[in-house]
Amino acid sequence: MKHTRDIALPVTVAMLVLGLWEWAVAHWQVPPYVLPAPSAVARAFLENFASLMAALAATLAVTLEAFLSATVLGVAAAIAFSQSRLLERTFYPYAVILQVTPVVAIAPLILIWVGFERINLALVIIATIVAFFPILAGATLGLKSADFNLIDLTRLYGASRAQVLWRIRLPTSLPYLLSGMKTAGGLALIGAVVAEFVAGSGTATGLAWRIVESGNRLEIATLFAALALLALTGVLIFAALSLLEWMLLRRWHESAINRPS
Amino acid sequence: MTLLSLSQVGKRFAAAQKEGGTQALDGLSFEIPPGQFVSLLGPSGCGKSTALRLAAGLLEPDAGVITYPGGRPETAFVFQEPTLMPWADALTNARLPLDLKHVPRDEATNRAQQALARVGLGGFERAFPRELSGGMKMRVSLARALVARPKLLLLDEPFAALDEIARNALGDDLLRLWREDGLTVVFVTHSVGESSYLSQRVLVMTGRPGRIAADIALPTGRDTRLSPATIEAQRAINSALNGAMAA
Repeated sequence: MKHTRDIALPVTVAMLVLGLWEWAVAHWQVPPYVLPAPSAVARAFLENFASLMAALAATLAVTLEAFLSATVLGVAAAIAFSQSRLLERTFYPYAVILQVTPVVAIAPLILIWVGFERINLALVIIATIVAFFPILAGATLGLKSADFNLIDLTRLYGASRAQVLWRIRLPTSLPYLLSGMKTAGGLALIGAVVAEFVAGSGTATGLAWRIVESGNRLEIATLFAALALLALTGVLIFAALSLLEWMLLRRWHESAINRPS
Repeated sequence: MTLLSLSQVGKRFAAAQKEGGTQALDGLSFEIPPGQFVSLLGPSGCGKSTALRLAAGLLEPDAGVITYPGGRPETAFVFQEPTLMPWADALTNARLPLDLKHVPRDEATNRAQQALARVGLGGFERAFPRELSGGMKMRVSLARALVARPKLLLLDEPFAALDEIARNALGDDLLRLWREDGLTVVFVTHSVGESSYLSQRVLVMTGRPGRIAADIALPTGRDTRLSPATIEAQRAINSALNGAMAA
């Protein structure tokens, strides 16, 4: 009942907006290079299906590679920070600097340094930088949130640092890490898109490039189709990570428990 | 014979701001023979918990010495909160000390199962902490304490957060386990009633900085919480406590 409503309400709104949009474009005879009707976007999507899917695959590959490397690097850095206050105090500020510097501004540098012949690597690095920080921040906070008494207890039994990390700190950090990963998933996609924009013509082959190209050719319907595909991809990434979160936390963490109401 | 001895122990905690800090303990001395059930009783903030952590070796004293004449005993600690791993079921929680000591998995599982059965949680091995009541969580915590077969069991107000019915049931179980295992128990509490019934001896502490104000050996015959000997013990503990507070 509740689930039906959760889906029905947004879908109804979408139908209404699309219907209104279709009607408005026909009624005021809006030129298709300004605003194409939803039906025209759908047609453009079907006509360019193969090339759009290829572009999606390229963007998705960069996104996933960036997401995975951001996760691995973020967790590794957080573990290093949790083992050494000195390390954390020394390097955390640089992580913050990396986070607050607009990636568009450093992307050209990375492209030059990595080289256009290895464009894919450059795109992954740029997207990784964008996705890295929430993982680091989440995992760092989580690793620090372990119950002091529980850690004292492990000391009583002569636990090693590795045991405390593996048995207490990492499980404690899981909800925080997953929350960071949900943010990072969306950011990896944004990072991939930004990187493609900066990389520009001739090299990148992803959805962002399709958007630029369609814009230049005034194929606004195709642009909209690529845009919709991009948004849908973002939603699916978020949904997949939410599912992962639910599967890992449903037995024990408050955030994932369905309370009978 | 002495299992644990504290001699002129002092402990100071640095203040969060500025200089100063808190002198939690000053000149605390007592000895505990093996097999005894001792309550450490005192007003809130008198340093009872600090004394217990010192005895466990979780804190280092600033002054005085803590010795274990017969060698460092296998020690278990029970906190006021159950302090369980919420991501692990009762069995995994009870098995933690053995896992940390690299006891083979099958043996560890066996012993954890036995420990859970001994505290009345047979059949709850796969239950997660959030699925258990406050009293049951405390029982898991007790099973975890027993699983490594400790000589010395330190309890820091373990039943303070429980309702009276659960508290009484757990108190009786603790007495049974103490008798069966020949444990040495140091039981920190601020409940005169609990200490008068459970323990053989009550160490009454002064307010901060804490030291021993009275060392009361309780007579036998305290078979129930309402036995005349129990009530009499409460009277003696209360008057010592009043003396300690006035001093």
